[in-house]
Amino acid sequence: MFKPSALSDWTLFILFSAAILTMPIWLAPLGANYPDLMQKFAIFGIFAIGFNILFGLTGYLSFGHAAFLGVGSYTAVWSFKLLTMNVIPALIFSVIMAGVFALVIGFVSLRRSGIYFSILTLAFAQMSFNLAYSVLTPITNGESGLQLTLRDPRVLDAAAGVAVGRSLPSTNLFGLKMSGLPGFYICAVMLIIAFFLSMRIFRSPFGMMLKAIKSNQTRMAYTGFNTRPYLLAAFVISGMYAGLAGSLMAVTDPLAGAERMQWTASGEVVLMTILGGAGTLIGPVLGSAIIKYAENIFSAFNTSELRQIFDFMPDGLQQVSVAVSSMFVGEAWHFTLGLTFMIVVIFLPGGIMEGFRRIGGLFRRSDAKAGKVESSAAAAHS
Amino acid sequence: MDAILLQILNGLDKGAAYALIALGLTLVFGTLGVVNFAHGALFMLGAFCAVTLNRLLTISTKIKDESVTFFDAYKEVPILEAKFPTWGPVIVDYSVPLAILIAIPVMLLIGLIMERGLIRHFYKRPHADQILVTFGLAIVIQEVIKHSFGANPIPQLAPDGVAGSANVGAWFGMGDNIVYPWWRLIYLGFAMLIIGATFAFLKFTTFGMVVRAGMQDRETVGLLGIDIQKRFTIVFALASVCAGLAGVMYTPILPPNYHMGMDFLVLSFVVVVVGGMGSLGGAVLAGFLLGILQSFASMTEVKAIIPGIDQIIIYFVAVVVLLVLPRGLLGRKGVMED
Amino acid sequence: MENTVLHVADVHKSFAGLHALSDIDLSVREGETHAIIGPNGAGKSTLLNVCIGRLKPDTGHVIFNGENLTGRAPHEINQLGVVRVFQTPEIFPDLTLLENVMVPILAKRDGSFKMSWFRRFSSELNVRNKAMGVLQDLGLGEFTNAMATNLSRGDKRRLELAMGLAQEPKLLLLDEPTAGMARHDTNATIDLLKKIKAGGMTKVIIEHDMHVVFSLADRISVLAGGRIICQGTPEEVKNDPRVKEAYLGEEQV
Repeated sequence: MFKPSALSDWTLFILFSAAILTMPIWLAPLGANYPDLMQKFAIFGIFAIGFNILFGLTGYLSFGHAAFLGVGSYTAVWSFKLLTMNVIPALIFSVIMAGVFALVIGFVSLRRSGIYFSILTLAFAQMSFNLAYSVLTPITNGESGLQLTLRDPRVLDAAAGVAVGRSLPSTNLFGLKMSGLPGFYICAVMLIIAFFLSMRIFRSPFGMMLKAIKSNQTRMAYTGFNTRPYLLAAFVISGMYAGLAGSLMAVTDPLAGAERMQWTASGEVVLMTILGGAGTLIGPVLGSAIIKYAENIFSAFNTSELRQIFDFMPDGLQQVSVAVSSMFVGEAWHFTLGLTFMIVVIFLPGGIMEGFRRIGGLFRRSDAKAGKVESSAAAAHS
Repeated sequence: MDAILLQILNGLDKGAAYALIALGLTLVFGTLGVVNFAHGALFMLGAFCAVTLNRLLTISTKIKDESVTFFDAYKEVPILEAKFPTWGPVIVDYSVPLAILIAIPVMLLIGLIMERGLIRHFYKRPHADQILVTFGLAIVIQEVIKHSFGANPIPQLAPDGVAGSANVGAWFGMGDNIVYPWWRLIYLGFAMLIIGATFAFLKFTTFGMVVRAGMQDRETVGLLGIDIQKRFTIVFALASVCAGLAGVMYTPILPPNYHMGMDFLVLSFVVVVVGGMGSLGGAVLAGFLLGILQSFASMTEVKAIIPGIDQIIIYFVAVVVLLVLPRGLLGRKGVMED
Repeated sequence: MENTVLHVADVHKSFAGLHALSDIDLSVREGETHAIIGPNGAGKSTLLNVCIGRLKPDTGHVIFNGENLTGRAPHEINQLGVVRVFQTPEIFPDLTLLENVMVPILAKRDGSFKMSWFRRFSSELNVRNKAMGVLQDLGLGEFTNAMATNLSRGDKRRLELAMGLAQEPKLLLLDEPTAGMARHDTNATIDLLKKIKAGGMTKVIIEHDMHVVFSLADRISVLAGGRIICQGTPEEVKNDPRVKEAYLGEEQV
């Protein structure tokens, strides 16, 4: 738990960073190495890591985390509009704003637990969503979404003497344009930082306390803790992660729409976390990458492509095959998503990481007849 | 005064839909202990029973249009109307209420399959797992419907006889300012009937007695040697019928689309929580209450004072109720309190 | 009179008209092991729950070292140094044994939320070593990295005792520490509690097993029908006719 795991933590971290940074290389054979998609991997990875700090460690299921994502996006776009196209202020302000929102919503929602907590977070997120569409239109620009315009003041840029061109300026990091690969790399760096912080939280006394709350909250109270500050801290941290993810969305594409706050978006991050394995370090990143990759693959198909694929079949069979497979792809890809969701929850409640562990367990069992206690101790470490 | 009455009436039909969905949700939650996020999908499936029946009844054929005399013109006419000109059109006209007859067996069957095939295995799993798996199921059902019926809403008509509006004000001698569509009145009455029937069933039958006992204390009922499992299945199927019928009758009010289930589910959940988890009366009360509140919040006068209130009122009320009354309006002690 | 640590003064508690506790006056002196015995339904558990703030008495007070405990939140009472060990083991099943013991130590040291908690574990070596020490004392030293949920029932209870002891409480409340244990485990627990006794910690024990009570207690209060009918040394209690009538009659000593 101490010395040995500290070492393996560093190994894990270095491996993780290397894998993320070399994504453009090793994703090439999969045809997934274009920046748009890799940006999504990183952004949703951050979102899921943050969600996991709350759900994975404390067991509190929030159904309203998309609200913080939306807040992050809006804040970032406003920073681009009012201050500068440089991404640094946008990132900082977004995280702070999302944190403030999370503090308020968390303070109220955490007065209840279980399903009541879920409903409260859902209610807050839906309120934010509905308001963003209606009354808050001056801030959110309603249905059309908040966009950059040529008339934006951008006071810092103006002060620095950045010339206003005839086309919309692009987001940048001290001049480096945040589109394409550079855009991916800023997301990647943020993901690595997010992962590192999450690892530190998991391995800190704070993380242990959160796990203890999940394990037996009543006992925590009799142990001399006021559990609410811990839960609130976890909630705010995970809200800030969502804010960071939201602002990165705006960095790679300076547009913010209210649909980002809808509860289906909250559901998506829940699925990512569960699919990868709630409460594990790597799981949420893995889950979000798999879902975004699958979305990319599945939703790209259309009927004519399907016909081509099943061209070798006799006519009748081809039609049936196309009809059946079109249930899963294209616009109907959500069907596949829902089905995956069910299969994971039914058969693999621990997610993909649990699957790995089980496979690993098969090998381990064969080479040593470890007692129940010892093998589970090993599981606790992996 | 008239305006207030009108708003109450306006809120009642939406409230009735909330109440019917929330009733089933609570029934399932109270007895089976399962949080069913796919319950909204059942409401939507009911609505699509009506759509399906209407499509079946209006399968058309081309017949010669006699009104055109100078060349041979053809028009599409439902086979039913062409073959049976006397009662065919009446059947087509009444397709929505007739769909009730179809929806009852269909929803019963769907409920049975769902409980046997999926829900049963989640009795003992954490609530989070229940939420997640039924959430997945809801998406699956929704996509199947979208795949088969398309993404656009499909308007359904109320029978011609009740297509107009009722001058409700005149009935009570309050002038002609309170007019209300007949169909919404019928929906309200229908909802009352279903709710009343459900309560009567639970109150006056031995089956209902066992179910109520199960809602109080599941383990004890099991210990009494009653096969609670079978009754759970029936309860679930009944809840599914409730939601389905609510959906069938709602189609002339809101053209059904594939995501209407989710839209209503989120609100119905809020309704259940406000009413108090596990309280049937609470679910019905909160359903009507929130429907009416929403209707008031949509008044221009109210929106002028608090802009946007119509968008958030239900959620706002839910937050306040949960913070002030942790168990909701009529919730019992010990439900969902870990 | 010696220093009174815990003073239960004139406590009444009734549930739906049923008197669970009436006129309870009880003083626990510093360093003593005070046993509360009584037949089933005498109100022992209710009394313990009143002491740790899980139940609020209808009237009366519970004073601990001059602080009124009535109406305080459970975590505040713990912070004052009153620790309870539960009858059904209340542990953190998904944490390792070591973590199970570290949690209460950190709780005692930091009380509420501290930013220092974001530091690495390696900076908390003191806490860890202390937890290891307590686990070793209780014979759980070999399993420190095992998940608590995999322990046997007896070991779970020992773990909970370890969690309580790790906080170095001023007053330890033990709810039937040997209930459901095999004779061999019971004896081991008695030895352990004797060892703690030698350390001078004040303890209140609720116990059914007379063998345990008479081998540990300095003083005994006998509870019957929600009232304390007799208080004194084990010898005095043994010979009190009221006790024989109310309690010992049903169980041979």
